[in-house]
Amino acid sequence: MNIVVLVKQVPDSGAERNLRTDDNTVDRGSASNVINEMDEYAIEEALRIQEAHGGEVTILTMGPSGAAESIRKALSMGPDKAVHVVDDALHGSCALATSKVLAAALGTLNADLVLCGAESTDGRVQVLPHMLAERLGVAALTGARKLTIDGSALTIERQTDEGYEVVTAQTPAVVSVWDTINEPRYPSFKGIMAAKKKPVQALSLGDLGVAPSEVGLDGASSAVVEHSKRPPRSGGQKVTDEGEGGVKLVEFLATEKFV
Amino acid sequence: MGGMERLLPTDEAYELLGLATEIADGELAPRAADFEARGEFPREVVRTLGRAGLLGLPYPEEHGGAAQPYEVYLQVIEVLASRWLAAAEAVSVHTLSCYPVYAHGGEQLRKLLPDMLGGELLGAYCLSEPQGGSDAAALTTRATRDGDSFVVTGTKAWITHAGQADFYNVFCRTGGPGPRGISCLLADAATPGILPQAAEKTMGLRSSPVAQIVFDEARVPADRLVGDLGDGFRIAMEALDSGRLGIAACAVGLAQAALDYAVGYARERSQFGKSILDFQGLRFMLADAATGISAARALTLAAARLRDAGRPYSAEAAKAKLFATDMAMKVTTDAVQVMGGYGYVQDHPVERYMREAKVLQIVEGTNQIQRLVISRHL
Repeated sequence: MNIVVLVKQVPDSGAERNLRTDDNTVDRGSASNVINEMDEYAIEEALRIQEAHGGEVTILTMGPSGAAESIRKALSMGPDKAVHVVDDALHGSCALATSKVLAAALGTLNADLVLCGAESTDGRVQVLPHMLAERLGVAALTGARKLTIDGSALTIERQTDEGYEVVTAQTPAVVSVWDTINEPRYPSFKGIMAAKKKPVQALSLGDLGVAPSEVGLDGASSAVVEHSKRPPRSGGQKVTDEGEGGVKLVEFLATEKFV
Repeated sequence: MGGMERLLPTDEAYELLGLATEIADGELAPRAADFEARGEFPREVVRTLGRAGLLGLPYPEEHGGAAQPYEVYLQVIEVLASRWLAAAEAVSVHTLSCYPVYAHGGEQLRKLLPDMLGGELLGAYCLSEPQGGSDAAALTTRATRDGDSFVVTGTKAWITHAGQADFYNVFCRTGGPGPRGISCLLADAATPGILPQAAEKTMGLRSSPVAQIVFDEARVPADRLVGDLGDGFRIAMEALDSGRLGIAACAVGLAQAALDYAVGYARERSQFGKSILDFQGLRFMLADAATGISAARALTLAAARLRDAGRPYSAEAAKAKLFATDMAMKVTTDAVQVMGGYGYVQDHPVERYMREAKVLQIVEGTNQIQRLVISRHL
């Protein structure tokens, strides 16, 4: 099975994250950048499928040149090769444009299965897998907590707030996964060394036949008009116990639906 | 670790230390306190370390190792020890357990190395006996040749990984008294007659099982003889030199953990209206601790570089083990002192560090034996 895993480099969600003041895009320059956490689960799932069914695993990343570091990290877990779509004109691309570029890149990769995280920790819109499947004309199996493969038949358990739904489709398809699906492996020392020698193909917009005007800030279908810092935490509500402190606490918990 | 700079010989060594740190932070640190409290051996964590390639670091790649010099391997041990001593000790003991077959095993035995170094199998080292630890040449466990097997009978003591290991290096008497009558056998743990006893109730390092192993006419195939008959004592002593460096690195990591924790606490703790770190008596105690750690690390790595260069390093390894473990005892004790009452309770890890440090002064040759080794080289 030929599997492509979409990997996005994002600012570390455990550290301070900012938007740029000049164009309201994610500030990648000052951040510690890492692989989007959910994508690591997609990589792990791809590697497990490869171990069981054979085939090839390719990492596909769209991002600035600095994303190469995350691509190497992804390859150190075990995938065979990577494709890096990198072009200055991509800066500020919206989800719709991103899906156009990734669809064009996937057109060169002949994937049976496209795996990705259900959301990225910077954008958190969850629309990319759907858009991509629509552009490719294949099924979108999104939000999987479990994926089983039987020949060309794919079955997922789609995680919902209430439980899960069983959704099936035939390959080729796009499957997005949550962090409940597996436990990603650490790279091995040998894997880290081997990753340095694995092929990473760089593709520009020109290579993909996508016009610069269709992407980036100018071609974006949505725009961040302004942003402001999250306000500091307010002091909260103080309960002074004058004999009824317990009741007040329970009322607070009930009002906020904690109990 | 206080922004400490490491000087490593290669770029890949920096990658390796980065991986070790990632796993130590992600897998070791969150589990150490609970596993220690329960006295449970972290077999799965050790497997994770194995899959990452950390269980065969100083051995050649052709045998499944990572061809890292001791200078680098020991710094990996140090990083692991700074998050969980028992896990670092497991790596150190396992690495040591692969040494006899690697250095002295024949072609057939060395075919086992990829499995031993690959991380799925865990090794142990059976040298000490109930009546004799330091006087290893007097061991009494006997192996008698019977057809294609050695029949092993006797009791080994203080065996790290007893009951958890997949293979044991068993040092036993195949000839007359004294060091020349001792041989080394590589025994599968599943061999009938190899009987690990209940784990000792130890003062610290409780997630690392230590127990006696009774050999009750255990039949070990004759082709599992490592080296020649009578080579056992020499093999044991060679491996111990390397093992001493592993313990020294463990001590450096443990002391670093204690110092880092004590400094973090001291920064937050105020008395008499100012941070206790502003009191010189306490500040200087921490400065002395930091200096002792750096000195122990330097001594350990200096001995490692001699080993890597193929030069004699026995005395330097003994000095490193002696100095680093005495230093760790002092630094962990001082870390408890810095934290006062809070250092003495189990809500903070430093009392555990102090208990763990003690065993490092005893294992792989007591510090009195180290002084004996050092003085013989004067």
